[in-house]
Amino acid sequence: MNAAVQTPKAPPTKVSVRSLDFYYGADRSLKNISLPLHANKVTAFIGPSGCGKSTLLRVLNRMYDLYPGQRAEGEVLLDGENILDPAIDLNALRARVGMIFQKPTPFPMSIYENIAFGIRLYEKLPRADLDQRVEAALRGAALWDEVKDKLQASGLGLSGGQQQRLCIARSVAVQPEVILFDEPCSALDPISTAKVEELIDELTNRYTIAIVTHNMQQAVRVSDYTAFMYLGELVEFGETDDVFNKPKEKRTLDYITGRFG
Amino acid sequence: MFSIEPSRRSANGAGEEAGSKMSEIVLQQAASPSATADRSRALGRMALVDGIFREVTRAAAVIVLVILSGVILSLVHGSWPAMKAFGFGFLVSQSWNPVTENFGALPAIYGTIMTSLIAMLIAVPVGLGIAIFLTELCPYVFRRPIGTAIELLAGIPSIIYGIWGLFVLAPFLQTHVQPALIEAFGDIPVFSMLFAGPPYGIGMLTAGFILAIMVLPFIASISRDVFETVPPVLKEAATGVGCTTWEVTRYVVMPYTRVGVIGGVMLGLGRALGETMAVTFVIGNAHKISGSLLAPGTTISATIANEFTEAVGDLYTSALIELGLILFFITFIVLAIARYMLMRIEQKLA
Repeated sequence: MNAAVQTPKAPPTKVSVRSLDFYYGADRSLKNISLPLHANKVTAFIGPSGCGKSTLLRVLNRMYDLYPGQRAEGEVLLDGENILDPAIDLNALRARVGMIFQKPTPFPMSIYENIAFGIRLYEKLPRADLDQRVEAALRGAALWDEVKDKLQASGLGLSGGQQQRLCIARSVAVQPEVILFDEPCSALDPISTAKVEELIDELTNRYTIAIVTHNMQQAVRVSDYTAFMYLGELVEFGETDDVFNKPKEKRTLDYITGRFG
Repeated sequence: MFSIEPSRRSANGAGEEAGSKMSEIVLQQAASPSATADRSRALGRMALVDGIFREVTRAAAVIVLVILSGVILSLVHGSWPAMKAFGFGFLVSQSWNPVTENFGALPAIYGTIMTSLIAMLIAVPVGLGIAIFLTELCPYVFRRPIGTAIELLAGIPSIIYGIWGLFVLAPFLQTHVQPALIEAFGDIPVFSMLFAGPPYGIGMLTAGFILAIMVLPFIASISRDVFETVPPVLKEAATGVGCTTWEVTRYVVMPYTRVGVIGGVMLGLGRALGETMAVTFVIGNAHKISGSLLAPGTTISATIANEFTEAVGDLYTSALIELGLILFFITFIVLAIARYMLMRIEQKLA
């Protein structure tokens, strides 16, 4: 396993996964995973379905905690603090580590409320400041121009691509440090996909990003680092250019050239 | 391509092989003229079955309308003498005198609405609490047993609730709860009136309690079912912006399911309004309106159940039937209000 090899030029590490094992009941679905997520970089997770990439993502904000019988062993350090520690405040953690899902998940409320909702959980703001924050978040998600005239309309009335950007705006609004994307474009058309990818690129200015994708071109387009996983193991991790152009492992080469998966 | 060579195919061939065999047979049939005749016969049979199916389901739907209009017509017809005798005054009169044949429905209407109101005040929060606990908080091993227990509660016949209410709940309320209520609210202006007088045990409050217990399982199990329709990923998303379980429930689960929850509440309310047996046991059957909830009263259904056998005069019977018509209208109005509320919610969402 040649994971977590840090070259001298590597940027600082935001999240450090160390010897992580994950169990669904008795099934071990992640095997001794170690890798860093570098600050303000995009790390893509690729691999065939069932290889554990989404599972790994769900460990990073302890989303698996909602379900019984799922547990993680090892360490995941966020700014040096082990988030697998049972004593950690999960709500605070999830505010720091936002998540975007495969299907858009707008809440059953207005567009404005979808954004304001998350902000209100943490801060009591005067109306004008709140308006500003909502606008900033929507602008940040490149959605403002499309929805500024219908902020009070239901978020469910937007198109799929708009809904996904609304969810990104919602995530951004609570000012997280890390954003996890779980196949964010798999339900979107190419134009919406392009917009979301562009957005991910912009978000790296402020956030550390992890993205699970089945789309190899997408991984190449958006990510700085790529992790290839197979059957719960991390096969290869490195800079995206290296992984795709000169993979060290044969399995990686086979996968990215479409020979299996 | 069209020929099957059994000798070359193993009996336990792979599924793929079986699949290709199937498609070959279909192709063969489509090709031969006798198969075409077979096919058109089969299609004819299907069309016939489909037609019968359509007519049967239509008949089932029509029967509902026929029964409904039949009930309304016979209610109106039966209550006609009372309507002629008392007119609109029937709705606002408090007298109920079989001897002079002078009847008024107000105490029964008041009792029906008041007991149902008490029941809903108790059952809605408790029922939603149960549903939320079961879907969001309860450890998985206990979910099924508790859910089943709630459904069993719904299956208990109302006569058992009645007898339990009369012999167990009412004496308990009389000795423990009602004196405490009288004591506690004695000095507070409006409440001192609501909880005034001697603790009889039986009365409006007790009927409300019994009704609450009876509608609770409806509200709890329907709410649980609709809460379970919330996509997990939506809850995860809410959790993902840092919501606590309460916040997820309050801001995501409840808004997402409110149409279904209102439906469950209205079903419970419908049952509470019409419930007869248990209420008849514990309400006291007094044809008067008391300010106090502890005093005995009556409801429409309790009055009808109690007095139908002894209603000798035509006008007496007619007055009871008119009570039934009024109950019908009350439930109808409740349903209409529920529909209206749902419509407004849907409009707001759209």
